[in-house]
Amino acid sequence: MRPAVTAGTPVAEPIIVAADVSKRFGGANGVLALDRIGLKIGAGEFVSLLGPSGCGKSTFLRCLAGLETPSTGRLEFEGEAIAGPPAGLGIAFQRDALLEWRTILENVLLPADFAGLRKTDFKPKAQELLRMVGLADFAQAYPSALSGGMRQRAAICRSLLLDPDLLLMDEPFGALDALTRDQLNVDLHHIWQARRMTTVFVTHSISEAVFLSTRIVVFSPRPGRIVEDVVLDLPAERRLAVKETPEFLSYTRHFRHLFETMGLIHD
Amino acid sequence: MPPSDLLKSALTPLIGAISALVLWEVVVRGTGVSPIMVPPPSLVLADIAAAPLWFAQQTAFTALITLAGFASAAVFGVLFAVLIVEWKLLDRLLFPLFVAFNSVPKVAVAPLFIIWFGTGAQPKIAISFLVAVFAIVVDTALGLRSVPQDTLDLARALRGSRLKVLWRIKLQCALPHIFAGLKVTMSLALVGAIVGEFVSSQQGLGYVILTAQGMFDTPRVFAALLILAVLGVALIAAIDVAERFALPWRHRRAADGH
Repeated sequence: MRPAVTAGTPVAEPIIVAADVSKRFGGANGVLALDRIGLKIGAGEFVSLLGPSGCGKSTFLRCLAGLETPSTGRLEFEGEAIAGPPAGLGIAFQRDALLEWRTILENVLLPADFAGLRKTDFKPKAQELLRMVGLADFAQAYPSALSGGMRQRAAICRSLLLDPDLLLMDEPFGALDALTRDQLNVDLHHIWQARRMTTVFVTHSISEAVFLSTRIVVFSPRPGRIVEDVVLDLPAERRLAVKETPEFLSYTRHFRHLFETMGLIHD
Repeated sequence: MPPSDLLKSALTPLIGAISALVLWEVVVRGTGVSPIMVPPPSLVLADIAAAPLWFAQQTAFTALITLAGFASAAVFGVLFAVLIVEWKLLDRLLFPLFVAFNSVPKVAVAPLFIIWFGTGAQPKIAISFLVAVFAIVVDTALGLRSVPQDTLDLARALRGSRLKVLWRIKLQCALPHIFAGLKVTMSLALVGAIVGEFVSSQQGLGYVILTAQGMFDTPRVFAALLILAVLGVALIAAIDVAERFALPWRHRRAADGH
């Protein structure tokens, strides 16, 4: 049997480099959210940041997005220090953040609008993305007419409109029911298969992380440290049935065991 | 909304109004109260019917004062709210001053306006503006501050300019609050117009009330009050219609039944 855990070494040229990144909120004696994070992420990887709530994984993602500034350490995207949101970024949050006063199509076109590009040039692209996630018929609907899962699909289309070099997702499916969540995992996997955009995905669901990722980085409870960095050895193309294979189960068992030893879950 | 629903939604309040008038008529006639104290609505309506053109002129004057006061309050109020929300320094510098100004009773400054602007329309518009402006500033500022954090984060991550974030997100997000504020502003602008006419005027519904009172012509006082009430309802309804056009996403949702 193959070993369940391999040391994480990115194969491709890193497009994200984090060295000794720490973040402290509220002054010198404040809460330490991130403790000396060192991480390299290569182009085309799908990296999940896995950990309990409040472990700083979202804070790290927000630092990557340029929405927070690390207190100390160095953080680079495509060879340049991150100071403010970098260009070529796609982002999705737990809440879809759709604008209620715009139609779904107009919401998906928002990144083009904000980047000062001509919206009409991106209309075919937006419609193609909506078709891909089964929302073609809802392009002219307002967000309020859509279910939570459909709204989150639209939010993912929005994050992909400008073909981002880096896609950041902060628990995008955390607020959805289990069935919808499974479906969106499959949808996201298909999209990633087709486009291979570098993705950093924050989640606390072990099974979601193993299903989607090429690599999993486990964070400890606050202060957030990297506990483990694993490159997954699973088939590149995954169907829901992969969740019943021994390989998949040995990974989920491994991470659950890791959470148990950290004292996060117990029987 | 299908036409039958539209008819129903207009008919129900009308039935309410007519019932109130009928009840008023019955109670006044039944108790035998003197028309100098409370005239029956038939007498009030007869007074209006006797000089419809004259009443229309007075109403038009008051309506114009109200609309001018309302428009200036809306424009100034929204701009002022944008300034204090976008620049914290201006908020700390100007908002307490604004609250202090607003705390001065408007009736007390009205005579001053007569000295400054004379007895024409301007002092009345100014008083109407002063009475009305606070509500729209407070509601617009509240709306501009009500944008969810995720939406602001998204806007930042998309590298939208400050102007785009203000125009495409914050103001849009504030629109429902702004419309709520505009309705209050409209009612207050009408109050301000009447206050202005009370202080000095040769026309308008406030002037009608004041002169009729001097002659104990109670039906005429009630006639002006009745017209004021109808005018108020009409002005608010106009804002409702504008809101439907400005916020189709809200009303389509309601119509979809979601």
